[in-house]
Amino acid sequence: MMEILAKAPVEPVGDVTYATAEGLLGSVWLLVAIPLVSAAVLLLLGRRADRWGHWLGVASVGVAFLLGLTYFFQLRGLENRSVELSLWDFIAVGDLRVDFGLLFDPLAAVFVLLITGVGSLIHLYAVEYMAHDPGRRRFFAYFNLFVAAMLLLVLGNNYVMLFFGWEGVGLASYLLISFWYVRPAAATAGKKAFLMNRVGDAGLLIGIFIMFATLGTTQYDEVFTGVGSLTATTVLLLGLLLLLGAAGKSGQFPLQAWLPDAMEGPTPVSALIHAATMVTAGVYLIARSNPIFSANSTLQLIVVSVGALTLLLGAIIGMAKDDIKRVLAWSTVSQIGYMFLGVGLGGAAYALAIVHLLAHGFFKANMFLGAGSVMHGMKDQVDIRRFGGLAKYMKITWLTFMAGWLAIIGLPPFSGFFSKEPIIVAAFERDDWTAWLFGMAALLGAGLTAFYMTRLFVLTFHGPARWTEEIDHPHESPKLMTIPLILLAVGSIGAGALMVGPVPEWLEATAGLGGGSEAAHETVLSHLAITILSIGVTVLGAGLAWFLFRRGTATEPQPAGVLVTAARKNLYTDAVNETVFEKPGIFLTRALVYLDNRGIDGLVNALAAGVGGGSGRLRRLQTGFVRSYATSILAGALLVVAAFLAVEAGWLV
Amino acid sequence: MSELKLPPIDYAALAPTLILLGAALVGVLVEAFVPRRRRHVVQLAVALLAVLGALTMVVLNANDRLITIGGAIAIDGPALFLQGAILVLAAMALLLIGERTVERGGAFVAQAAVTAESADDRRQADGAPGATEVYPLTSFAVGGMLIFVAANDLLTMFIALEVLSLPLYLLCALARRRRLLSQEAAMKYFLLGAYASAFFLFGVALVYGFTAGIPGRSAGVDFATIHAAVAESPSSPVLLFGGMAMIAIGLLFKAGAAPFHVWTPDVYQGAPTPITGFMAACTKVAAFGALLRVFHVAFEGARWDFTPVLGVVAVLTMLVGAVLAVTQTDIKRLLAYSSIANAGYLLVGVLAPTSDGVSGTMFYLVAYGFSVLAAFAVVTLVRDADGEATHLSRWAGLGQRSPFYAGLFTFILLAFAGIPLTSGFTSKFAVFSAAFDGGQGWLVIAGVLTSMVLAFPYLRVVVLMWLSEPGESTPAVVVPGWLTSAALTIGVVATLVLGVFPQPLLDLAAGAAEFVR
Repeated sequence: MMEILAKAPVEPVGDVTYATAEGLLGSVWLLVAIPLVSAAVLLLLGRRADRWGHWLGVASVGVAFLLGLTYFFQLRGLENRSVELSLWDFIAVGDLRVDFGLLFDPLAAVFVLLITGVGSLIHLYAVEYMAHDPGRRRFFAYFNLFVAAMLLLVLGNNYVMLFFGWEGVGLASYLLISFWYVRPAAATAGKKAFLMNRVGDAGLLIGIFIMFATLGTTQYDEVFTGVGSLTATTVLLLGLLLLLGAAGKSGQFPLQAWLPDAMEGPTPVSALIHAATMVTAGVYLIARSNPIFSANSTLQLIVVSVGALTLLLGAIIGMAKDDIKRVLAWSTVSQIGYMFLGVGLGGAAYALAIVHLLAHGFFKANMFLGAGSVMHGMKDQVDIRRFGGLAKYMKITWLTFMAGWLAIIGLPPFSGFFSKEPIIVAAFERDDWTAWLFGMAALLGAGLTAFYMTRLFVLTFHGPARWTEEIDHPHESPKLMTIPLILLAVGSIGAGALMVGPVPEWLEATAGLGGGSEAAHETVLSHLAITILSIGVTVLGAGLAWFLFRRGTATEPQPAGVLVTAARKNLYTDAVNETVFEKPGIFLTRALVYLDNRGIDGLVNALAAGVGGGSGRLRRLQTGFVRSYATSILAGALLVVAAFLAVEAGWLV
Repeated sequence: MSELKLPPIDYAALAPTLILLGAALVGVLVEAFVPRRRRHVVQLAVALLAVLGALTMVVLNANDRLITIGGAIAIDGPALFLQGAILVLAAMALLLIGERTVERGGAFVAQAAVTAESADDRRQADGAPGATEVYPLTSFAVGGMLIFVAANDLLTMFIALEVLSLPLYLLCALARRRRLLSQEAAMKYFLLGAYASAFFLFGVALVYGFTAGIPGRSAGVDFATIHAAVAESPSSPVLLFGGMAMIAIGLLFKAGAAPFHVWTPDVYQGAPTPITGFMAACTKVAAFGALLRVFHVAFEGARWDFTPVLGVVAVLTMLVGAVLAVTQTDIKRLLAYSSIANAGYLLVGVLAPTSDGVSGTMFYLVAYGFSVLAAFAVVTLVRDADGEATHLSRWAGLGQRSPFYAGLFTFILLAFAGIPLTSGFTSKFAVFSAAFDGGQGWLVIAGVLTSMVLAFPYLRVVVLMWLSEPGESTPAVVVPGWLTSAALTIGVVATLVLGVFPQPLLDLAAGAAEFVR
């Protein structure tokens, strides 16, 4: 352990300063306020807003997008491209000061454009998708609430503000997953998402308290400036806690299990929250905190390992799933793994991860909405073994999904090639043998991705029709759903090539994200060799999948070998969660309930109740007897007195 | 024989307490002389005016830092802040107690002596005007609380404890409906309260023994003597630690900390809901005010000895409250377990060794008091023909029946869950950062983890209200009278304002965080 710590040099990033927001940029708070007000209006007006509520929801996000675009161009003209807007002193006690303020810098700007841009398209799609749902207005209210919280998350100028947004998106996500509460699976999934996110949130919050205790501040600029003065152990601990938070929100190992279950929510939710925006909050957190992560190489190694492990885990499980949305969900887990790999590599790779994040936002939202369109035409069927041959019936969905598919598997000239391939190259750029480890993992992941995505695409749109009986004629979705699909498909095709040059350059102005000094790294393989290899494994994976599934597949589960069975069972990660967290939790709850209801002499009561028969128990109004309560108090009192005396005698502490 | 000399008494400093105790006596006279029809209005007016008058005196005294009446009472920053907090919250509680339009005759039984569930009882439940003795009883209780947070020796503290507890026992028994439940709750509270008081008193005796024998001082139970004794008493420290433990037990019982919390759910469930709100807000302030004073003034020198033990109690309290809240099916019991967990977070603030800990705890008490009173105000409104519908299944789909009140309740629940931009977040943040700064990181970690668990039962209620279809048995929300509306508005607005602009109150608390000794 000491060796590892000793290896971790602390390199300060230098002073970080932000300019004050002036002129038009002084109104940057409107970005958060507009969707928030819209959500409040929709919730408060109730049924009165049912007729037009969804259009208000769409409009508010659309306006936020236009505003975001204006701010973006404003920012381009500035010398210091990080402007801060302090609204008021939120908490100030002693030397502890938390500002209620916003920060608009290149990193925040690209996130704002992604959230509001992709967000408004998904809102538009949802108007039609949720048309027959009586709760559509409520849905848009939560959706707007989510957008507001997500914007607050990326716009805050300190970790407490980030935490505000963090909690807000968690809340909105929980409400939206449970939206179809009548399905027990949706309710359970909502709970699972909530609990696993809370684990991450707890990490983040404790991390924030550590910043307070060691640096006395949570403002980004002051934290990043002061991080150089911390010991390597503190930085490591702080980074691990932030990473725990990031892993919870982004569905990374070991907190990945909630994300696929979250697909029980309406499809636009999966597209917006669980593919394009919220799940990338973890990547944002690490990119934003890059001065902390760059300050400790052990920390970076851990982030890279989490990313590499998750990208393989997600890809392997994705190969064995038959539910169209779950395949996409595990694919999201895997793709975010790539982003974690990128931010973990540090230096120039930070920007690459952000580029991949943006490109992924387009193509994954596109594919989720495509999946929704398929489900729309197939009476909510989600099993890809029950699709087949749909290309003929849903031309637009087929073509747009194809754009997403080509983008994600990363064939040139589609966007995945420009965003994912540089991360694979960067993984090979490390100094020691880990270059091979992470490089090969990233490469293998690319092959697996090509396999499972091709399987999904071929089984859905090609081969013989394997539909269930009640479907006679699948239909294409209405215009309001296809137009967003087409726009997103254009994004999926072009985004990567357009962004790979300018975005890293643009991001350089963000504190610490300028990766210039590390550009001189050698790769263990030549760049060209890696490119050829990655295209090779992609073609191999895709070809194999096409060969295996071009004639369709069995409609029932087939007996399978050890690996496939394991993948179908999520590589047993759920079983691990169950034994490690769930069972002890249930046991603890039961034990506490038992002690609390019955007191110490619960056994006596139980006997008495057994003898007295059931009716007596029913008539009793409350559960406990005073004597059992008094016994508990006495036992507690004895323990407390004994503890005090033990302290006095020097046995404790 | 030497002449008996009275100690100097600063009547102005004692005025808030005197006003309330006086008003309580006036209330007793009103019961005797004012005709029954007019009593309710007169009593409510007397009690409210007394509380407001006392509050005015607290504000006028704001700069006092003194010890008066022979060292029995200390009027210092924390005492004044907490007295102000108790009075503001008591005024809100009085508004709830005075409500008579939500239920005909109010939430209280007309004649406590009528046998429960007899024909007479049913007749009176059907709209006879409720007993007005509740107002003098409440005034006595508030008076006791005001002494409790300012007591400068353990005997005064004990008397204040009894003065505040006895009226509460009675108030718990006065519910108009489900009277057996209410009486059972009062009985349990009384027996266990007496039991805990005995611990406290025995602790006082042990500490008195410990203070004997310090050079140049006579034995005593005032906090200055105890403070000196902790530093230099030649007596056996067994006396000190035994006494400290027992005093802590007596106070922790009132605060509702595990394992002395067992009474809380039953009493919260059985008591009339306005009284439950009053206890959850004001009794909590009083109990933690006393804990702060005892452990920051009297036993300060033994800090490193009591912190680990009380820390374990705090962790246990948070754990019990959070985990058991998950399993509750009755809204009042759910709020009871939530108040237990909150007692744990407050203990974290008490154990923070700095003045930031004191001010954080005080801020938390005020913020929590506002929210919890607003929460119980909503509980009084959700009702059907048989009174309040407290079973959670009855709350399903409330959001569609009455979106406004469900929305308010949602907001309060989010505050309890510690979601940012509500007072629940700022107050937890204040105590946790003070404790972290004071080197009590383990308490903060336990606090953060349990508050994550605790958010779950709250959100379950939110989902139940908004995402479930209203069933046959979902009651509608009764339109509240102006008294309940006022209390609810104050509570919700305070929860929001303290979440968004907490700074003024934080400053006030920080300025009032120094004890006099």
